[in-house]
Amino acid sequence: MDLVWELLIILLKIVVVVLLFAFPIGSLMTLLGDRKQSSLIQNRIGPNRARLPGINHPLVGIPHFLADGLKMIFKEDIIPRQANRFWHTLAPAISLFPAIALWAVIPFSDHYCTGTATMVDYRDVCVDGAFYNLFSISNLEAGLLYVFAISAVSVYGAAIAGWASNSKFSLLGGLRSSAQMISYEVTMGLSLAGILIIYGTLNLNEMVVVQGQLLWDWLPMWGIVVQPLAFFLFLAAMMAETKRAPFDVPEGESEIVAGYFTEFSSMKFAVIQLSEYVATVFVGSLVSTVFLGGWQVPWLYGDGFYFGNTDEPSIPLPYWLVIVLRVGSFSIKTLFILWLQFMLRWTLPRFRYDQIMTLGWKILLPLSLANLVITAFVVLVLL
Amino acid sequence: MGAETIFFFLFGGGAILSTLGVLLSRNPINSAISLVVSFFFLAGIYAMLSAHLNAIMQIMVYAGAIMVLFVFVLMLLNFGDEEHEKPRLNPTQIISLLVGAALLIAMFSAATAFVDGSRQVFHPSMPPGFGGVEAIGHALLTSYVLPFEMAAVLLLVGIVGAVVVAKRRF
Repeated sequence: MDLVWELLIILLKIVVVVLLFAFPIGSLMTLLGDRKQSSLIQNRIGPNRARLPGINHPLVGIPHFLADGLKMIFKEDIIPRQANRFWHTLAPAISLFPAIALWAVIPFSDHYCTGTATMVDYRDVCVDGAFYNLFSISNLEAGLLYVFAISAVSVYGAAIAGWASNSKFSLLGGLRSSAQMISYEVTMGLSLAGILIIYGTLNLNEMVVVQGQLLWDWLPMWGIVVQPLAFFLFLAAMMAETKRAPFDVPEGESEIVAGYFTEFSSMKFAVIQLSEYVATVFVGSLVSTVFLGGWQVPWLYGDGFYFGNTDEPSIPLPYWLVIVLRVGSFSIKTLFILWLQFMLRWTLPRFRYDQIMTLGWKILLPLSLANLVITAFVVLVLL
Repeated sequence: MGAETIFFFLFGGGAILSTLGVLLSRNPINSAISLVVSFFFLAGIYAMLSAHLNAIMQIMVYAGAIMVLFVFVLMLLNFGDEEHEKPRLNPTQIISLLVGAALLIAMFSAATAFVDGSRQVFHPSMPPGFGGVEAIGHALLTSYVLPFEMAAVLLLVGIVGAVVVAKRRF
């Protein structure tokens, strides 16, 4: 019975995280982020024609989101005659798989405390009970390594899509994407090594818990505070990993039509697009988990706000409100990083291929190595 | 039959099938991707043996880095289906066949010796944190620091060698 119960909880967590968080935000971003925000930045009006039945108002273009989905479903699914049918059909699924699987280790709030939660030395402790993992799908010890492993595998989706289409443009797009992703993976891992030295854990939830510590009794020890350079390096590397502008040479439409998904139509095209957007949302959630304190609200612990290391909370709050605030804080931070990515996307022009390689190997990689060495030295001296 | 047995046969059977796919498919890309799939199944088996770090490393290093380069090169050269040649046995192949068969028999008998219970060689009790990041990291940097550093130096030599070989062409 216990096992069945646990399985049900895991299934529920997967449904909530993937179907109610990642997918809706990801697909809404195709509209609000890509079309509406770009039109605002470029001084256009943007999508405003579709209407919901009965409501004669554009609603900032949100009905277009439904109209686009419907249009995709009813389009003809075309497989080029010379294409490899098997891999051409499987490629969208291969690119969607890592985008979903990555969500397994993201904590949306601290473990649920079955007893009374309180605070000792800026850490939640659970009196008369135990912590129970309710807010992340899997509380993996090597959570961050899992993220690296799965995002390393996400190269295949684009590469196989490009190759299976049997078109020169697609192949070029696929090759460009794999070269770019391999190059930036190195920076992605190295820029976080400094964070690992400071927090001393790979478990993402534990990492967020440690970020609740205060420096000089007032400054939350968020990643961006202790590792400001790594924040920018990691954000740049992750943006390159998602193949979004300004790193979008794999789909550079002025050179190679639409790159690796040129030959895809209908829902296959939609799935490839969706996986890119879900990956973009994931970047937001990972950056906020590692650098912006994840679910932490500054000075908020298990039973309220603490100003100073006291026994009683300065502003006591019920436990359910603490959880709501934490999940809300995580979501707002994720959306903020997402917004930042879209702003960058529509502000910066696309880099040339050689510029991408120079940036990755000659600027970001040495900087992240230097960051690692300096961090290690400082930690060694201070501790 | 517990859940563990079901997953073992799922992962094991998947690994065998996908490895057969590597050997039997005529298209090089199919072979390469079958190999990636078999890495995933092997990682599943590692995870069941509570070697979590090994499972993740398997995916990260082999599936995520090495095979990506293989696939990249195969796609760049874009081979067609392999020409079907008539198999002819030469002495080397006969010797490797014999060695392979001997190894298979040895492995099989070793495996059955563990299973039948008469020889209790394997102690299933494990220290806490077995196979985790901390345990392996600790072992690598204390007891096995020399082999670890040697491997690092070997990899460095490999990188330098690759650069030297590539430079000579230009």
